[in-house]
Amino acid sequence: MHRGKGMTFVGDSRIPKRGKFIPPKDYSEYPGKTEAFLPNFLLKEWMVGAVFLIGFLVLTVSEASPLEAEADPTKAGYIPLPDWYFLFLYQLLKYPYAAGDYKVIGIVILPGLAMIALLIAPWLDRGPERRAARRPIATGLMLLSLISIIYLTWESSVSHDWAKSEEQGKIVKKVDIDKSSEGYKIYSSQSCVNCHGENLEGKVGPALVGKNIPAQLVEKVAVNGIPPKMPPNAFKGSDKDLKTLAKFIEKVSKK
Amino acid sequence: MLTKLYDWVDERLDITPMWRDLADHEVPEHVNPAYHFSAFVYCFGGLTFFTIVIQILSGMFLTMYYVPDINNAWDSVFYLQNKVAYGQIVRGMHHWGASLTIVMVFLHTLRVFFTGAYKKPRELNWIVGVLLFFIILGLGFTGYLLPWDMKALFATKVGLQIAASVPFIGNWIEVLLQGSDIVGAQTLARFFAIHVFFLPAALLGLLAAHFIMIRKQGISGPL
Repeated sequence: MHRGKGMTFVGDSRIPKRGKFIPPKDYSEYPGKTEAFLPNFLLKEWMVGAVFLIGFLVLTVSEASPLEAEADPTKAGYIPLPDWYFLFLYQLLKYPYAAGDYKVIGIVILPGLAMIALLIAPWLDRGPERRAARRPIATGLMLLSLISIIYLTWESSVSHDWAKSEEQGKIVKKVDIDKSSEGYKIYSSQSCVNCHGENLEGKVGPALVGKNIPAQLVEKVAVNGIPPKMPPNAFKGSDKDLKTLAKFIEKVSKK
Repeated sequence: MLTKLYDWVDERLDITPMWRDLADHEVPEHVNPAYHFSAFVYCFGGLTFFTIVIQILSGMFLTMYYVPDINNAWDSVFYLQNKVAYGQIVRGMHHWGASLTIVMVFLHTLRVFFTGAYKKPRELNWIVGVLLFFIILGLGFTGYLLPWDMKALFATKVGLQIAASVPFIGNWIEVLLQGSDIVGAQTLARFFAIHVFFLPAALLGLLAAHFIMIRKQGISGPL
């Protein structure tokens, strides 16, 4: 037995004796221009990969990856949204026949069937024919799933309130609030504090800091409300107190 | 000098057949975009692997700054993103690369499906490929929580609620993933462990099986 350069294993070599190195089978059965993987093909692949990588790096530099405010479990009003590739599954659960009493259909049966069908596709589609056009059932089912996924993703993205969730997720800078001031006392003794938070950082209601809210607007909203969430006549007190509150909020909401 | 070094190793380990096997296999014409441009669809698998390599490398660099606990996770990501030189690029590569990997793996699956390449004798490789797809989706789900920002927390809450409503085993899955009664410190630690150790280990093992099977069987012939 002789392999490599003058290779000899002595004594109890456990390397099994085998025939000469068998070169991988060539593709001469497919007439045409085959080429060696290394270096011919890999070199071209490498060049395409380099271009791909540069494009990708340009994306990472030009578009910073998003980061919302730190997680705060008390802000239960937040509209949750999964990453885009789970949107279709999420949207499926919004339809009445796949939610509520029927949620087993949306959670287990439909996705489970799709996953299993994908796994055992070679046994569902057993014919020797490989061209997509000549196995219409397999191709049709796959196209149907594709269209459903695209449709559900689309539906999910148009029904989501992007502006509101951006607002809810925004990183709010901590603002020093003078809690002994007249304005803050009024703020915290009224119902404002329950929804807009102790530091005006927002809770069920939106944050007030960093918004540049003029005093007149505060006076109007505190009396008239903003349907549907902010009730009218939220402020109960004298006009003088309302003015003080409005001025206070104008001041702390400055950017 | 190099030749001598090579000979020294080759004399002992007989490495020539190993790398010649990798280097000498021929690339058939029908998958080579240099000859038929439409053959670029056969590159999706290779590009998927390329994006996975990007994910692994950028993820390794992310762990140099990331702290997997609820007090520091968000701050460490914020620091990396805004204070560390080129931190935005490192995080950007991992964040956008995740989406890119999903897209590429999806396109690769469709290519294999529509060219009927999963048929005999390649059924086993198809199964391994579908499992790889599921693992990559799992990596996406667990990675989404790690920055510990608003959307991460609430999306994971919803995800775990959905998992919990699976009949019979739902609660069991929820406890396993969540680690406690709420989505909190335990959940973040578990998702970190799953995202960084368990799933990548499974991913690498299955990838090895995927590639060994391709070398054994070759690329499916032209249509």
